[in-house]
Amino acid sequence: MEEFTPPVPSKINYINAQYGLKSWLLTKDHKRIALLYLGSITFFFFIGGIYAMLIRLELLTPQGDLLQSTTYNKVFTQHGIIMVFFFLIPSIPATLGNFLVPMMIGAKDLAFPRINLLSWYIYMLGGLITIYALLAGGVDTGWTFYTPFSTTFSNSYVVAAGLGIFINGFSSILTGLNFIVTIHTMRAPGMTWFRLPLFIWSHYATSLVMILGTPVIAITVLLVAFERVAHIGIFDPAVGGDPVLFQHLFWFYSHPAVYIMILPSMGVVSELIANFSRKNIFGYSFVAFSSLAIAVFGFLVWGHHLFVSGQSIYAGMIFSFLSFAVAVPSAIKVFNWTATLYKGSISFDTPMLYALGFIGLFTIGGMTGLFLATLGVDVHVTDTYFIVAHFHYIMVGGAIFGYLGGLHYWWPKISGRMYPDGWGRFSALLIFAGFNLTFFPQFVAGYLGMPRRYHAYPPEFQVFNVLSTAGASILAVGYLIPAIYLVWSMRYGKVAPGNPWNLPGLEWRTQSPPPTENFDYTPVVTWEAYEFAPPEETEVVGRFRDEVPEKV
Amino acid sequence: MAESYVEHEVGHPALQHHFANLEQQREAGTLGMWVFLVTEIMFFGGMFLAYTLYRSKYPEAFAIASNHLDIKLGAINTAVLIFSSFTMAMAVYSTQIGKRRAQIISLVATIILGLAFLGIKAVEYYQKYEDHLIPGSLIPGNPFNPDPHAMHLTQGVLMQHVQMFYWIYFAMTGMHALHMIIGVGLLSFLLYFSVKGRYSPEYHNPVEVIGLYWHFVDIVWIFLFPLLYLLGRHTGGH
Amino acid sequence: MQTPWIPFIPPSASTLSDKVDALYFYLVGVTIFFTLLIWGVLGFFVIKYRRRNRYEIPRPVAGSLKLETMWSVIPFIIAMTMFAWGAQVFFQLWRPPANAVEVYVVGKQWMWKIQHTTGQREINELHVPVGRKIKLIMTTEDVIHAFFVPAFRIKADVVPGRYTTLWFEATKPGRYHLFCAEYCGMNHSGMIGSVVAMEPTEFDSWLSGNTSQQSPAVAGQQIYVTLGCVSCHGASGEGGRGPALEGLFGKQVFLNNGQTVVADEGYVRESIVNPQAKLVNGFGPIMPTFQGQVSEEQLLQILAFIKSLQGETQPTTARPSGPVPGSSPAPAAAASPGAVNR
Repeated sequence: MEEFTPPVPSKINYINAQYGLKSWLLTKDHKRIALLYLGSITFFFFIGGIYAMLIRLELLTPQGDLLQSTTYNKVFTQHGIIMVFFFLIPSIPATLGNFLVPMMIGAKDLAFPRINLLSWYIYMLGGLITIYALLAGGVDTGWTFYTPFSTTFSNSYVVAAGLGIFINGFSSILTGLNFIVTIHTMRAPGMTWFRLPLFIWSHYATSLVMILGTPVIAITVLLVAFERVAHIGIFDPAVGGDPVLFQHLFWFYSHPAVYIMILPSMGVVSELIANFSRKNIFGYSFVAFSSLAIAVFGFLVWGHHLFVSGQSIYAGMIFSFLSFAVAVPSAIKVFNWTATLYKGSISFDTPMLYALGFIGLFTIGGMTGLFLATLGVDVHVTDTYFIVAHFHYIMVGGAIFGYLGGLHYWWPKISGRMYPDGWGRFSALLIFAGFNLTFFPQFVAGYLGMPRRYHAYPPEFQVFNVLSTAGASILAVGYLIPAIYLVWSMRYGKVAPGNPWNLPGLEWRTQSPPPTENFDYTPVVTWEAYEFAPPEETEVVGRFRDEVPEKV
Repeated sequence: MAESYVEHEVGHPALQHHFANLEQQREAGTLGMWVFLVTEIMFFGGMFLAYTLYRSKYPEAFAIASNHLDIKLGAINTAVLIFSSFTMAMAVYSTQIGKRRAQIISLVATIILGLAFLGIKAVEYYQKYEDHLIPGSLIPGNPFNPDPHAMHLTQGVLMQHVQMFYWIYFAMTGMHALHMIIGVGLLSFLLYFSVKGRYSPEYHNPVEVIGLYWHFVDIVWIFLFPLLYLLGRHTGGH
Repeated sequence: MQTPWIPFIPPSASTLSDKVDALYFYLVGVTIFFTLLIWGVLGFFVIKYRRRNRYEIPRPVAGSLKLETMWSVIPFIIAMTMFAWGAQVFFQLWRPPANAVEVYVVGKQWMWKIQHTTGQREINELHVPVGRKIKLIMTTEDVIHAFFVPAFRIKADVVPGRYTTLWFEATKPGRYHLFCAEYCGMNHSGMIGSVVAMEPTEFDSWLSGNTSQQSPAVAGQQIYVTLGCVSCHGASGEGGRGPALEGLFGKQVFLNNGQTVVADEGYVRESIVNPQAKLVNGFGPIMPTFQGQVSEEQLLQILAFIKSLQGETQPTTARPSGPVPGSSPAPAAAASPGAVNR
């Protein structure tokens, strides 16, 4: 593995290049901005987590005795708003993506460094306005803001929360714009499209969703705010508006938003699976193009949220069909990741545990998605705990597993320190166990008919809720441990070499932490992605052989 | 975001540190603006969808409301904007061939035409204000309350559907006007730096990129004018 | 809750619930198969190809178009079986049979108001006979709610400004959960009740014990008189300035723009609250809107009244207590006191 040895590290890196608060708040370095984002999304994650704990504690007993119903409604609304808009959507793209997209393609920075910094300030402004809404009295509309409840009937801080989300949307748009332009124009010499790591492909697909979807939610939330303030009636049936129009506009963004959360995570998992089994990814082009297919198809399936909303049954059929179609590229990815392990050299480092956990949980999450695409079953399970379980399998089992896996994988590069591996593996297993205990029982409760967003519930559902709450406690501990040891490792961790995992990717061919301009020289790429061994050694295996080894 | 983009370019007349060469920098700037314009299309798209839906739901109310718009001012504004697109194109062209005087004159003309558009728009808005056509309670103290006779409201057509038209009208033209205001701001930046002699045939990307933006804003109006002022104009009423 | 608690599926108590369950079990089966397949292969590879030596570099493996095709096409085919089966069940769920007995449902923060065509009113409870097809015509006075009966595997949003329908036929007597499934504000989780399925004889005696109230058709007729509808819409064409209402419901209506529509619940509602939307050919746009003057419940009563005006030409059909094949769209109303009064 000597060939991957990075240049001798110099003492100057992006962290110690400058000191002082101002050097961070006015930085244009994508790596420092990634750290600003990392700190702020972690903050929002723990706020959202506190709300999650309140939900689980309330549901421990059927009576609804811990919180009042109005408080409970605000708690689950704010859990959703914070987690979706301020944690999950920026999670991987704004932190790992921001840090790694330029490094992986051999660029010195993103194309528009100031816009990158601006996007963080916009995110913080949106976040502060939303926090103001929470402190001033909270929001109780559900994160979906369905009209006419949100426009006419709710007595909470809908306008402030909507404004926060509206503003935050622009940070997402700017991040997506920056990635697209960077990937198109700033690849190092020799870094062709089909030599790009799959992390880049998935970020490209994510960026497409960000720039095409986010403006629609922005204008929709703005219309809701105006409707609330000025009683104009665009969504209000009492004055001729159509409340279902809101649902169409909302889900036109919010369904693709799920792909903003899961696609980057899929990119991370592609990296982890290939690198921790020291193999080229099986079916590189299929994995790459399936990301784009998911991004494109993702825009055509929003109507599957409206199967029982009174849209026509024929519209329902079309959306059902398209939703099944989008399942295929996801299946392709899972099969290719599994096939990549074949004849690999598989290690069990913490990031790999998260990646394997991701595949396992995403399989369940994806398959239960088919239940919801199936018209006849969706009627029964929609708006129940079944759907709550399904999307947590995708968003926690998928997005957060990818995020934590990626964070551990690149932590030596980001911080220049190793995390304690024993604790890492332990907390990965803890999170996996806690997660399943929390959310698997909810599938059963959902099919039994327990509706979501219920503050009190019939007693026969209690057993599932007790299991869920027990699981959530384990999950909470599982999240706290990495938060503690990662912070600890920044000071006390073992110093990380430039390439602690012995990997061929560009980001590992520079020192840890990298210098401000990422590389001491402009890299020239002469190798394929995940090229551990020379391509002429390529093995053609099994009955399914191609005439020519796949050209990647 | 366009603003900060320009500020960014303008702050660094020469090559920025993270680009390999001017060509790469130019390519990134242009692509960035195109991508940004795509998001703008989606942004307006939500409103176009609402317009299409409610127009097909309440065609008569929309025709009546549309008849009350000032088509003369709308047409003049359309001409003003088309001409401003021409002067903007001239500004880009004269920068590319290095004619600074022509460049400054074109920019000034574009700014004046942009301001003229906004002025005419303001006159139109004021007429609507006088006629109590501002929807809902957007303006405190002047709720939506037009005179049904002046509107030639036919029996059975609901005033609230007329209000829906005006809400869409104000939302779309208001959003367009906001883009115009930002555009005039960007042009003023360009003018300031072109007087200082910043742009040359070698380095003119900001002029090009802001030109793209200006043309986009014009094109939005080219869609808005027929949809709001012209469509169904003579089928209204009975 | 008297119904026995079954661990993994709710009580199955309608003609459709077993069909939904069968589809569900198919999906569960496929899910278990693929989950075990992936987990099994993953586990096998991870153990078999674990790293044994720090320095080992495995040989690259070429991709395979055949494999890729196989694992794209097979999942797609399986997905299509799910799609087709799901759509088939969905059609049965959404297509109410013609001879169903109607029940009117109005959602309101935070209660369900229910009225039978025979006049009985209930709040948060719905009594239905076993073995009879029931069609719910639903709307709401305020925000969106959803009518959800897990034991019947049915759910539909209840949307302001329009009617949505659900239908079911209970198969087992019992008391089943009724939930509001669309978040509707403060007391959302309190917007619950029961559907009580009873043997037909029991149901008939329940009905006769509760007949003190006016049937919706009679109430609708009173509103029709009070609001002066009669001056234009004489039941048999008197008045003459508006279309006659007798025999109107369920018929094709020719509009002045050349289109035709079926006079269903949605059309009748729209014609009252937004009369200019679909003008009948030959009539001027002179009707004022009645939006705001009639409540959702009153609208449903007017609807019941119009449905009851099926005229002498219609064959007299079912008693309210029994489904008769081939009966008119509103059999229950035809035999209601409203029709008799007229």
